[in-house]
Amino acid sequence: MPFFVQLAHHFLPETILAIGVLVLILIGAWRGERGFGLVDEMAVGLLSLALVAIALSSTPGASIFDGAYIDDGFSRFMKALTLIGAIVSILMSVDWLQRNGLEKFEYPVLIILSTLGMLLLISADNLIALYLGLELMSLALYVMAAFARDDGKSSEAGLKYFVLGALSSGMMLYGASLLYGFAGTISFSGIAAVVSTSAPIGVIFGLVFVLAALAFKMSAAPFHMWTPDVYQGAPTPVTAFFASAAKMAAVAITLRIVVTAFPGVKDQWRQIIIFISIASMLLGSFAAIGQENIKRLMAYSSIGHMGFALIGLAAADEAGVRGVAIYLTIYLIMTLGTFAAILAMRVQGKYVENVADLAGLSRTNGWMAFFLAMLMFSLAGIPPLAGFFAKYYVLLAAVDAGLFGLAVIGVLASAVAAYYYLRVVKVMYFDEPAPAFDRAPMALRAVLAASTLALLGFWVYPSPVMDAAAAAAKSLF
Amino acid sequence: MFGFGILTGVTFLPLVGVAFLLTQKGDDEPTLRNIRWATLATTIATFGLSLVVWSRFDTTSAAFQFVEQKDWLGSGLLYKLGVDGFSMPFVLLTTFLMPFAILASWESVQKRVKEYMIAFLVLETLMIGVFCALDLVLFYLFFEGGLIPMFLIIGIWGGKRRVYASFKFFLYTLVGSLLMLIAILAMYGKAGTTDITVLLTTEFSKEMQTWLWLAFFASFAVKMPMWPVHTWLPDAHVEAPTAGSVILAAILLKMGGYGFIRFSLPMFPDASTHFAPLIYALSVIAIVYTSLVALVQEDIKKLIAYSSVAHMGYVTMGLFTLNAQGMQGAIFQMISHGFVSGALFLCVGVIYDRMHTREIAAYGGLVNRMPIYAFVFMLFTMANVGLPGTTGFIGEFLALTGAFQANSWVALIATSGVVFSAAYALYLYRRVIFGVLDKASLKNIVDLTPREIAIFTPLVLITIYYGLQPGPILNATQASVDNLIQTHTALLDAIKLAAAGQ
Repeated sequence: MPFFVQLAHHFLPETILAIGVLVLILIGAWRGERGFGLVDEMAVGLLSLALVAIALSSTPGASIFDGAYIDDGFSRFMKALTLIGAIVSILMSVDWLQRNGLEKFEYPVLIILSTLGMLLLISADNLIALYLGLELMSLALYVMAAFARDDGKSSEAGLKYFVLGALSSGMMLYGASLLYGFAGTISFSGIAAVVSTSAPIGVIFGLVFVLAALAFKMSAAPFHMWTPDVYQGAPTPVTAFFASAAKMAAVAITLRIVVTAFPGVKDQWRQIIIFISIASMLLGSFAAIGQENIKRLMAYSSIGHMGFALIGLAAADEAGVRGVAIYLTIYLIMTLGTFAAILAMRVQGKYVENVADLAGLSRTNGWMAFFLAMLMFSLAGIPPLAGFFAKYYVLLAAVDAGLFGLAVIGVLASAVAAYYYLRVVKVMYFDEPAPAFDRAPMALRAVLAASTLALLGFWVYPSPVMDAAAAAAKSLF
Repeated sequence: MFGFGILTGVTFLPLVGVAFLLTQKGDDEPTLRNIRWATLATTIATFGLSLVVWSRFDTTSAAFQFVEQKDWLGSGLLYKLGVDGFSMPFVLLTTFLMPFAILASWESVQKRVKEYMIAFLVLETLMIGVFCALDLVLFYLFFEGGLIPMFLIIGIWGGKRRVYASFKFFLYTLVGSLLMLIAILAMYGKAGTTDITVLLTTEFSKEMQTWLWLAFFASFAVKMPMWPVHTWLPDAHVEAPTAGSVILAAILLKMGGYGFIRFSLPMFPDASTHFAPLIYALSVIAIVYTSLVALVQEDIKKLIAYSSVAHMGYVTMGLFTLNAQGMQGAIFQMISHGFVSGALFLCVGVIYDRMHTREIAAYGGLVNRMPIYAFVFMLFTMANVGLPGTTGFIGEFLALTGAFQANSWVALIATSGVVFSAAYALYLYRRVIFGVLDKASLKNIVDLTPREIAIFTPLVLITIYYGLQPGPILNATQASVDNLIQTHTALLDAIKLAAAGQ
């Protein structure tokens, strides 16, 4: 396939972002601080264009650039989710940045660079491409975590994230070199071919290191330690971006690498995934109970949700991957909605982020309280909200695969988790009102309302998500 | 309409009322009046529509009627509704009691009236849905969804310890239900569908039945509630507002019993027979133990809550006798308990609205100032005890008759519960109603208002009518009960034959 055909047919979103981001940097350099508004709007435009490019791509999937990248249904599905997360994150952050005097053009540029890294990561089909995407994504994220550079907590978050992230990159490289050394190839399909006959011990070691590094990016226990601090310290819109888009990419590559490169050692990696899943669910459920800061609470909640999503991967079949894809879609909606609500928590011009600040919200701002309550019930997995169906499909896969123990631990952990989600509802509905919030900007109200309606209406018309997820899962096997 | 049937109409009609309530803004008196009347009109219209279903319902058939089916979610899940002799009475019970719950909240709920009415209407939709659903996942959706409005009703409009009670209610029920969810998934894995009508004819292996039965049991036992997982009920009842207690006792508890009839007994016949002694044991403990606990309660609502647990003990005992009398009695007892316990909580609500206390010690001698109330309260107390001539008698008597055929020891111990129930109920009645009216706070208490009389009259009439004329209800369930028992016996015989053949 000629180079430009590959670019146009299978690499268009990445091309759009890569060229576009260079233009944005030029504009930013030219106009300086005044350029924020224009760059920001153009960034949304670029990401939307990339999303349209994915939505309209009708060519069958193909392996491109000598097998470095792959364009298939799964990657398109996950890229669409990532792009939606990025777009909504930018939209939600404008007001926050302006109020905090941080309207610098680097912010949208960093988001695009990081999103580009995520897209490359999702498409990666060999170890080099994987590392390239991972680092492009992570380096931009480290800077973003420290974006509020005059704020001590934000700097601390950036530094912590960078040091621990560098450690995980090291593990990734070590694992990758072991894999290359023992398998003699960097391509996923090549590794699969070698591993199908016999699994040298070095390959298993390499697999463990690679999975540890990816678990770090997914913030799954026991590699979750950075998550609460970074979620709390980073600027809230950046946290929203971490929790939405970055998660999608990390889970996507984990799914791809274990399913396409290691089908032969399924029993080995399943053990690891099951362990990570159980540890994350239990930690996410129990550690969140005592949290007072809502961003920290969401950090533990995200750890728990990653554990739950991995139940689907533990099933290691097409139904399981479909479950994970559905789970991620619904989780993305829930996360964006919740962070829209968190960003709207502003009392007399000052942002607040404690659960107690929500007290009596149902009386001071009935609609916001209702939306956030529905988001919490959905995160807890109570039907008929969409969060239930997310859990339903991963559990279905696990039960079909005979993993009854894992499924039972999962539902019990989610019952524990329901406690702290209910606590948020309780504070909003049962407690006496705290000072009312300022009027939230239009973008946040729109995201909050749209995400809640999507969760409430999911059971009426779920087939678009269901069909897309089924197609995505099919392409991976 | 749009390819949907009348059951969809009954189920979702309350949501039409919700849509109207959402358009109402403001806290002024005319708006509140609109909200209350609109809610009442919605519940009455729903009751009317369910009566239409009832009038067209064929009681001679054990098959599902008014079945409607649509594809939903793909992958084998269905939107399927239908009613048979088991579910029809519960649908009617739900729609019948909802207007009373709304009327009971007419004056006692003053804060956040709109949200309150919306919560009740949403709850009504979900409750009717539970009894109409013919798809397991759809059933689960309605079953669990009901937790959200009830959680809010207890938590926002409840008493002093409402937060504790609402969390306990939510988390207890959730844990049980989640285990049932796993069982549902396993059944889907085996049968490839969640259509209840298909699952009723699917045979599960003996080992699988055991696990599935236990998982469903975890959910229904909490919901029922059976001893020893009943402890959420007294808390929830005490803290819930009057209408919340009425709905909780009259309908939500019945979902557990309905679940046993709909799923556990017909789908897992082998396990049901196997575990029947366990159920008997838990039932008689519930009957005797919770009756004794009720005897020492200081709080009126708590006492009635414990008596509910005891009465549900008769229900579980009757259901697992697996003979016609026992099962008919159990179902009748559930319906009767719906009327009677609902009415008893309304009675408590009457004096609570006036005195704002539920302490038994705060009352005494009410008969002097409230003769009509004393009569109404006595009638429902007697019905609760099981006096012949009231609905309470029919249910308990049939359940005990069935139990005698199945296991006379169980029946013997359970019968002692009748004596205990008379003891705590009469003791309560004496302390609240009789005696000398010597408390200063009670000197000015007034008798039932016309609104309250309007609430109680239909309940009084229906309790006596069905107490003397149990035929209509028993006939409605007869065909389905006979069918269930026949299938059950046939299945067990087949298993015995197979075992003998080997």
